[in-house]
Amino acid sequence: MDHIFFFYFAAVIAATSLLVVALRNPVYSALSLLIMFFHVAGLYVTLHAEFLAAVQIVVYAGAILVLYLFVVMLLSIKSEERYHNQLPLAGLLGVMLCTEVILLFIKSQTSAIAPAATADPVAGPGNTEMIGEALYSTYLFPFEVASLILLVAMIGAIILAKKGINEPAQ
Amino acid sequence: MAVPLSYYLILSGFVFLTGVVGVLIRRNIIVILLSVELMLNATNINFVAFSEYFHNVAGQVFVFFALTVAAAEVAVGLAIIIALHRAHSSIYIDDLNLLKR
Repeated sequence: MDHIFFFYFAAVIAATSLLVVALRNPVYSALSLLIMFFHVAGLYVTLHAEFLAAVQIVVYAGAILVLYLFVVMLLSIKSEERYHNQLPLAGLLGVMLCTEVILLFIKSQTSAIAPAATADPVAGPGNTEMIGEALYSTYLFPFEVASLILLVAMIGAIILAKKGINEPAQ
Repeated sequence: MAVPLSYYLILSGFVFLTGVVGVLIRRNIIVILLSVELMLNATNINFVAFSEYFHNVAGQVFVFFALTVAAAEVAVGLAIIIALHRAHSSIYIDDLNLLKR
């Protein structure tokens, strides 16, 4: 049963991630990325990370993808587009990286044995509770730094996208 | 838990490679940013898979931080794209060779 779910999600994720790169129209790319985000959320549910699945849908599919679609519609981009002219170099690099990854997986096949599930998932605290406790005790300082990153990004985005701020003052 | 960890690693490696190839071969900056999102999601799949297999919640916490950085990157990146489009009326990276001229 686990295998069926995993292979369904993995097949859709792989296919849609290929479509993101291959489709010429950026709107279609963004929409296939949306499908991929939903299936990644499903994969999180099979991995017992239910809270992250909800966050994935709310933040990625709800906020980030909508932002992309806004900008694509705002700029009204023509869909026909040829690929970049460094395609031979990119193909060579891709093939090299691919063989490297495949070799690594073949070599490490013996050591990739999953440890036995010792913790009982039902008896312990819930997924959200565990994440909250780790986030607000062990990772409190990185959490605050993340809020600072968001503040800096907000100010930077406003300043960059504001009209008239890039032109020299008269 | 029936699905071995290596399956998740292979899936995540595949998605990451797709993102790398997308960054290298596309000319549209928006699609390049979408490929960066693909790479971030591949690392997130890795984090969650390892967090499940080693029964450590820290992996899921790090997915939160990756998500924060992704949101910040999208906001700033799209603002840069809008500024570029306003200045050059193009978002194809072939046309943005100001330093070469």
